[in-house]
Amino acid sequence: MLYRENGQFKTSYAADQQIFPIAQDRWAIVGLLVFAFIGIPLLVDEYLLRAILIPFLILSLAALGVNILVGFCGQITLGAGAFMAVGAYAAYNFHIRIEGLPLLLSLLLGGLTAAAVGIVFGIPSLRVRGLYLAVATLAAQFFTDWVFLRVPWFTDNASSGSVSVSNLQVLGWPIAAPVDKYLFCLGWLTVFALLAKNMTRSAIGRQWMAIRDMDVAAEVIGIRPLFAKLSAFAVSSFFVGTAGALWGFIHLASWEPAAFSVDRSFQLLFMVIIGGLGSIMGSFFGAAFIVILPIALNQFLPAIGGLFGITISTAGISHAELIIFGALIIFFLIKEPHGIARLWSTGKEKLRLWPFPH
Amino acid sequence: MSRQIGEVILDLKNVSLSFGGVKALTDISFDVREHEIRAIIGPNGAGKSSMLNVINGVYRPQQGEIVLRGQHFSKMNPYKAAKAGISRTFQNIALFKGMNVIDNLMTGRNLKIRSNLIQQAFWWGPARREELAHRAKVEEVIDFLEIQHIRKTPVGRLPYGLQKRVDLGRALAMEPSILLLDEPMAGMNVEEKQDMCRFILDVNDQFGTTIVLIEHDMAVVMDISDRVVVLDYGKKIGDGAPDAVRANPEVISAYLGASH
Amino acid sequence: MGFFLETLIGGLMAGMLYSLVALGFVLIFKASGVFNFAQGAMVLFAALAMARFAVWIPAWLGLDSPFLANTIAFLAAGALMFVVAWLVERLVLRHLVNQEGATLLMATLGIAYVLEGVGTSIFGSDVYKIDIGMPKDPVMILEGSFEGGLLINKEDFVAALIAAVLVALLALFFQKTVTGRALRAVADDHQAAQSIGIPLNRIWVIVWCVAGVVALVAGVIWGSKLGVQFSLATVALRGLPVVILGGLTSIPGAIIGGLIIGVGEKLSEVYLGPMIGGGIEIWFAYQLALVFLLFRPQGLFGEKIIDRV
Repeated sequence: MLYRENGQFKTSYAADQQIFPIAQDRWAIVGLLVFAFIGIPLLVDEYLLRAILIPFLILSLAALGVNILVGFCGQITLGAGAFMAVGAYAAYNFHIRIEGLPLLLSLLLGGLTAAAVGIVFGIPSLRVRGLYLAVATLAAQFFTDWVFLRVPWFTDNASSGSVSVSNLQVLGWPIAAPVDKYLFCLGWLTVFALLAKNMTRSAIGRQWMAIRDMDVAAEVIGIRPLFAKLSAFAVSSFFVGTAGALWGFIHLASWEPAAFSVDRSFQLLFMVIIGGLGSIMGSFFGAAFIVILPIALNQFLPAIGGLFGITISTAGISHAELIIFGALIIFFLIKEPHGIARLWSTGKEKLRLWPFPH
Repeated sequence: MSRQIGEVILDLKNVSLSFGGVKALTDISFDVREHEIRAIIGPNGAGKSSMLNVINGVYRPQQGEIVLRGQHFSKMNPYKAAKAGISRTFQNIALFKGMNVIDNLMTGRNLKIRSNLIQQAFWWGPARREELAHRAKVEEVIDFLEIQHIRKTPVGRLPYGLQKRVDLGRALAMEPSILLLDEPMAGMNVEEKQDMCRFILDVNDQFGTTIVLIEHDMAVVMDISDRVVVLDYGKKIGDGAPDAVRANPEVISAYLGASH
Repeated sequence: MGFFLETLIGGLMAGMLYSLVALGFVLIFKASGVFNFAQGAMVLFAALAMARFAVWIPAWLGLDSPFLANTIAFLAAGALMFVVAWLVERLVLRHLVNQEGATLLMATLGIAYVLEGVGTSIFGSDVYKIDIGMPKDPVMILEGSFEGGLLINKEDFVAALIAAVLVALLALFFQKTVTGRALRAVADDHQAAQSIGIPLNRIWVIVWCVAGVVALVAGVIWGSKLGVQFSLATVALRGLPVVILGGLTSIPGAIIGGLIIGVGEKLSEVYLGPMIGGGIEIWFAYQLALVFLLFRPQGLFGEKIIDRV
């Protein structure tokens, strides 16, 4: 009975166009943010921060980017890892080559470089779609894999592209302890999630969705496919690029190109499929799911096996992980193409009407 | 009735279109006057939809040109057409299925939006104000078409008749000077057809919008249109007031002789 | 000159294997409009099955003839690929009829993961050998025409021969049998084929089955050359640019595309590689595909795609 919008009347379009039109949702999100910024640093230990929460935050950011391109604009990509790599290595180059450049600026410039590269590899989307586009994005993936491995300039002549950063700080705040890293990533993600939401609810977002749903009709209405598609590639690559920079700088601190391989690209795509194509919320669900699943399997599978007197090896767990991932992707594509986000909103719909069925 | 038919606003000259050897349109010329309702009729496969596609630049004719308010276009494209105030509806509804009714109509306002991507990302000043102003405009269209109750429904869930109405709404949200309607009443029952007729006449009457429509229902066409073009096998076989066209022997044979 | 020709021939041999993988892609795409990303996983799965059956079956039956063991293992692996095809149709394709290409593509990614997981769970994840008695020694040819002659790997030659025979058999199957004709009908138009009574579901099983057999042959050849290991699954990624180049709907395109990519990779690696750092094999193929996407998306031999409004 608590989750009702009875009595919440909207008297202006501004009120109706809020991000969370229902008052209970607004309170929930405020509560969640307070808990994330204040509660978690007090409650959670370092392992949890390092192994789950920080990867979750950064991959959520990347998933947001992929979702803008795949979920909102309908342009498939199998090369998200490439743009993470571009973001990370570009930020690295700005960081070491320009003396005294603030960290925030390095990270943002990394993102902007990724956006530029994204536009270049997005050009085929003007001619081809679906599978063909997937091949074009794979081309980006393999090309960047090679560039950062073999072209020494980009990695400051480090062998096999392995680079590292240290002594990071923002305005005198050292980003060293896991709690600091967590808070930094959380702040970053909060801002970017808000930007993504704003874009998807305004004209540019509608252009993307129009192109996704019916490109000919979109053109007839005066949407230029060139601008809509390339802007989606740019914004998406910007998000993914900054996520890559954070992944390298904050999470790993030293990394090599393999951190952004084609497997990472697939992983990001699966996040948005499972989480929910075309949903901001879904990006978070997907990232959480993919970060937590392997850890959960590691904990539970041996226990379950133990019940039946079977010992399950580490290899066995990683095989099971593959099977479960694959099966879930198929399951979601068949049963719920809109992913966990749709399950969530259906649940909310039910809750609003509860205890009545309609 | 305040409406007064004006000068020629759209003039098609000797348009020919073919797809890899198959002739879809052969040397077609006709004009459309401001504020009038102009119908294009003809048997199946006569080239009616191709004609509309040529007008708003989806297809590029191999020959001929389009003169719009005295401006010559030998190569029209959909974006130019939209800028010039041409909007249209589609035969097989081409709504944006993943969006709700308001958002579908808001896409119709796209050309009028001035704020840029950065402003929109920050939901800042101009972007926010524009969003509200256009929402108000879209609500006017929603009121006009009497679809208030479904404004937040995803269009994919709407029944066919309402989808057709939303399709019209999206075209109207562009505040077009010329509106192209591709079989706006196909597949509708009598009541829905009457509603749609009323909307078309109201649009024409209240906003002075010039309308070019394709329709199969002869009674409707003869009733609401000012002038009629008749196509058959991609050629123009008749042009004029409804009564004159109805009496044209060539038209009669195309409809009665050839197809039955 | 001799070195150039050797590189060229090496490229052709490698290209033949790409052609086999690409052939699997094309078969399935033609008949069901699905781009099967799982083709690489199928190659891995089939090769794993073959490698392990060839060890297990003689152990169970007490056989000691390697020829018999290999034959039985090959048949058993083929049967397994039939089961895979049937399950894929039952559990996945049937539920995704009329979905967009991109959705189907992602579904086959899911199939790939499941196949890789199941394959390695059942058959293990070590490196296995497939020994079907391929000759391993290199041989000199054309010693008369060149100084020093040309050094050819006999194994490559046999492999290319097998691939050529398979392609010929497939061509016969498609052109001369009733089933082949039905497959071509389905490829041209799903609905029309269905309306004259061709059962779509059965056709899909058959075509996935054929693709499974092609995967098996590719897996055996590759496996006997390099050993069966997880990296076999990535041959799908090597085969992708091939089909873009050749055209997704063309069987000759798959063959010729494979050869072009094979030769291109080898030549570029040998002559271009040293200049820009080496290791360019993989992206060379993709950049070539990218050029085709921009200027000739239907590939060399594919049908032109026309969008209708």
